[in-house]
Amino acid sequence: MPKHELILLKNMMQPGYTGSLADYEKTGGYQALRKALGKIAPADVTATVKKSGLRGRGGAGFPTGVKWGFLPKDYQGPRYLCCNADESEPGTFKDRQLMERDPHQMLEGIVLACYAIDAESAYIYIRGEMVLGSKILERAIGEARTAGYIGKNILGTGVNVNVWVHRGAGAYICGEETALLESLEGKRGLPRVKPPFPATHGLYNKPTVVNNVETLANLPHILNRGAEWFAAIGSPPKSTGTRVFCVSGHVKQPGNYEVPMGITIRELVYEHAGGMRSDKPIKAFIPGGASAPFLTPDHLDVKLDFESVAAAGSMLGSGGVTVMEEGTSMVWAALRLMEFFYHESCGKCSPCREGSSWLVQTMRRIVAKRGQMQDLETLSDLCKNIAGRTVCAFGDAEVAPIMSTLKHWRQEYVTLIREAEAANLIMPEPVGAKH
Amino acid sequence: MLREKYKDEIEQILSRYSVKRSALIPLLYVAQRDQGYVTEAAMKEIAQILTLTPPQVYETITFYTMLNLKPVGKFHIQVCKSLMCALVGSDSLIGWIKTKLGIAPGESTADGNFTLSAVECLAACGTAPMMQINDDYYERLTEEKVDRILADLRSTGTSQLKSGPFMWPEAPKAQV
Repeated sequence: MPKHELILLKNMMQPGYTGSLADYEKTGGYQALRKALGKIAPADVTATVKKSGLRGRGGAGFPTGVKWGFLPKDYQGPRYLCCNADESEPGTFKDRQLMERDPHQMLEGIVLACYAIDAESAYIYIRGEMVLGSKILERAIGEARTAGYIGKNILGTGVNVNVWVHRGAGAYICGEETALLESLEGKRGLPRVKPPFPATHGLYNKPTVVNNVETLANLPHILNRGAEWFAAIGSPPKSTGTRVFCVSGHVKQPGNYEVPMGITIRELVYEHAGGMRSDKPIKAFIPGGASAPFLTPDHLDVKLDFESVAAAGSMLGSGGVTVMEEGTSMVWAALRLMEFFYHESCGKCSPCREGSSWLVQTMRRIVAKRGQMQDLETLSDLCKNIAGRTVCAFGDAEVAPIMSTLKHWRQEYVTLIREAEAANLIMPEPVGAKH
Repeated sequence: MLREKYKDEIEQILSRYSVKRSALIPLLYVAQRDQGYVTEAAMKEIAQILTLTPPQVYETITFYTMLNLKPVGKFHIQVCKSLMCALVGSDSLIGWIKTKLGIAPGESTADGNFTLSAVECLAACGTAPMMQINDDYYERLTEEKVDRILADLRSTGTSQLKSGPFMWPEAPKAQV
């Protein structure tokens, strides 16, 4: 079994590590801050992050340093950093662990990011349900403030960064960065039309960067050990560093596993997550959260990096890997995810709002063995008319489960419909009927 | 009135934001903690504090699932029913709770103690099946565990079985 060095989960895997400031400092915590603040120019911090190849860990995988570089250079006025801790993608639970077990690691990342983009205010937008996480973060911020790592004139360098926790209130869409900003402004979390992007018109229409928890947690390590070190880990040049993969479903040991990007799903399941629960073969898996299309056992040797997973027809997304064993109904699985998307559609764009309801009804009918063959055409028509026709990426995400299961397991849909026909619940269509 | 009762907390919340309206959700949480749900009087008062109209407050509340416009039970049980939990038995768990409490999702017990909801993903898929009761997560649930939790809540109002900071994998052995 290959032995990988843990980076983000290293501290918390030490027995007795509580995540307190004292514990974090003992493991070399806040050294990156001491090294960078006032000693390395903000532009050089951004350059280091660019060179490391760090890409966003929230889902879209956008290069972090490049995102920072989009902020206007000559803007006079406040800029903001928002830490996206609204972890809501089904199958994803890494940010919760990073926040609850090692909060200072991510706080150090937040201060470093603020320094790089010249922001004096940072908001951690944490999903409302994570009450414990928000309390742990509040406590950690208090500790860091007392120690002079957060607040005015940090470590005597003249740098000011204030950090606040802002709790969401239960809406998946607020993980989308512009919906997050709307919600943080006290409004309904409806995504904004882009452009303009948050880099120029973000929180309160001011230049803003939104970064995911795991992305920010990587920053102290990159500053401490150098861009070259980071860029050599994983699957360079485009997928550098480790990923905390969240393994769920029918595996023996579900949980978070930090591994270099580029290992295969087979390795992740059989060498890390203990293999399959009842030793049945894998039937299907989702590589990157509910928004990522399903893949089949033919894809078990696909490397888990951004490019390889995309080439296989899915996406690495948020790193939520859900594994399903032989015997799982794929139509049922797609319906379950569709119900999630139907519930969470924010209602701004008609194709998504109306389409998700139509998709759910059609899927429920098929699963209840009351479907007709023409439903399959309805499903793919609807999917094609939702994907790419909405303000945010939710539209593409919500059709992924149905599109991918229709592609790989169409026969299961057909079988359910044939059973419906055989039970005489629905009269078969005459041959050659046109719709 | 919230303004008198939670004066310091409200001022502290307002001080965090350069635009007042950002304080809306935090203030709604204060109101909900006070009454168990957001009352009409609270909505009007919060609108006044933030110089918003009451409909602006109301439209925001209706968008978010965690803000209640009507009372819920003393213990609000929210069981995750999304795919990841469903793969490892959340449906039968919901069925178990239904029989135990005699209520279906969306209903409350007659004594007002328990409200049951089947909800979407709560970001604990690695420790599924799971549920949230008020502020606490309960993970890796079994029928026996649910029985103990319900008994604990009935007798003492809390349960030691609630999750602490993200617990799993517990020991380094679960990693390579």
